[in-house]
Amino acid sequence: MTPEEEAEFKRRRKARNWALGLALLAFVALFYAITIVRMGD
Amino acid sequence: MASTAAPTVTMPAEWRDFFALTKPRVMSLVVFTGLAGLLAAPGSIHPVIGFTAVLCIAMGAGGAAALNQWWEADIDAGMKRTSKRPLPQGKLRREDARDFGLFLSGISVMVMGVAVHWLAALILAGSIVYYAVIYTIWLKPRTPQNIVIGGGAGAFPPLIGWVAVTGEITLMPVLLFAIIFIWTPPHFWALALFVKTDYAKVGIPMMPVVAGERSTRRQILAYSLALLAISLAPWLVGGTGAIYGISALVLSAIFLALAIPVSFRSSTGEDGMKPEKRLFAWSVIYLFALFTALVADRIVLA
Repeated sequence: MTPEEEAEFKRRRKARNWALGLALLAFVALFYAITIVRMGD
Repeated sequence: MASTAAPTVTMPAEWRDFFALTKPRVMSLVVFTGLAGLLAAPGSIHPVIGFTAVLCIAMGAGGAAALNQWWEADIDAGMKRTSKRPLPQGKLRREDARDFGLFLSGISVMVMGVAVHWLAALILAGSIVYYAVIYTIWLKPRTPQNIVIGGGAGAFPPLIGWVAVTGEITLMPVLLFAIIFIWTPPHFWALALFVKTDYAKVGIPMMPVVAGERSTRRQILAYSLALLAISLAPWLVGGTGAIYGISALVLSAIFLALAIPVSFRSSTGEDGMKPEKRLFAWSVIYLFALFTALVADRIVLA
């Protein structure tokens, strides 16, 4: 792997991890909200 | 290129490639009709639960779309319209697309069941299997009725949105299903008339290729007539008021008026296919406008 390829590799991996992390956080928030709403039913 | 191409470094796919697998443009129509079904249904749903329901419909559609592209990667590579999709471009591995699709589908059904309603979850699961297996894997490559059958997959969202609110299947959500089911063939065949060479090349038995242009054009007219009737049905059975009824009448009449020139002409090849493109463009506006009228009708009446 050339240095350029390695930099690109790391950039993509980082971007994917961010996307996954944000998706997980969003789901945590959603499940929290669902739980609160459902408990009120 | 020869020196760099030889060891093929496997780059991790970009997150955008996964997003593209979900067919975001189709999903926007799915989200819209699903939301419309949810808003038009009698009764109320907590905004958080409603949001979750629409999110699950979108994720289910996205998962089914990813599975569709996993299965059709070779076909997509051979067609101009689809060759830029992530799999034909080699941007991610086929297995990853399959796993992503299965994961999204599974999550969407489970969350729908736990948070919203298990009947809605069951129909969502059915719609995913219908699109990814019955349509994509089984019938699309085998019959020129593939678009009629595929229309069933696209018709589920308003039904699911409605059932998420009411918890039961009644006549109205089934009529909404029927509207999209009948709308799909003339919508897609208008497109297929101006891109048909591509489908012939990859061996998908699209109606214009198998039954010929004239037959396809006549069928577009027949479905447009049926659409006029079925789009009025929710009004005629008393499920909606006049706002929806008159909107449906006007929108469907324009649809029919645009379908007539498409039905009775025969293209000479180099004529730009203007009537077909116009009908296709209208068909997209039509669906948005019709479901907007449905929701407006309900909000005004309530």
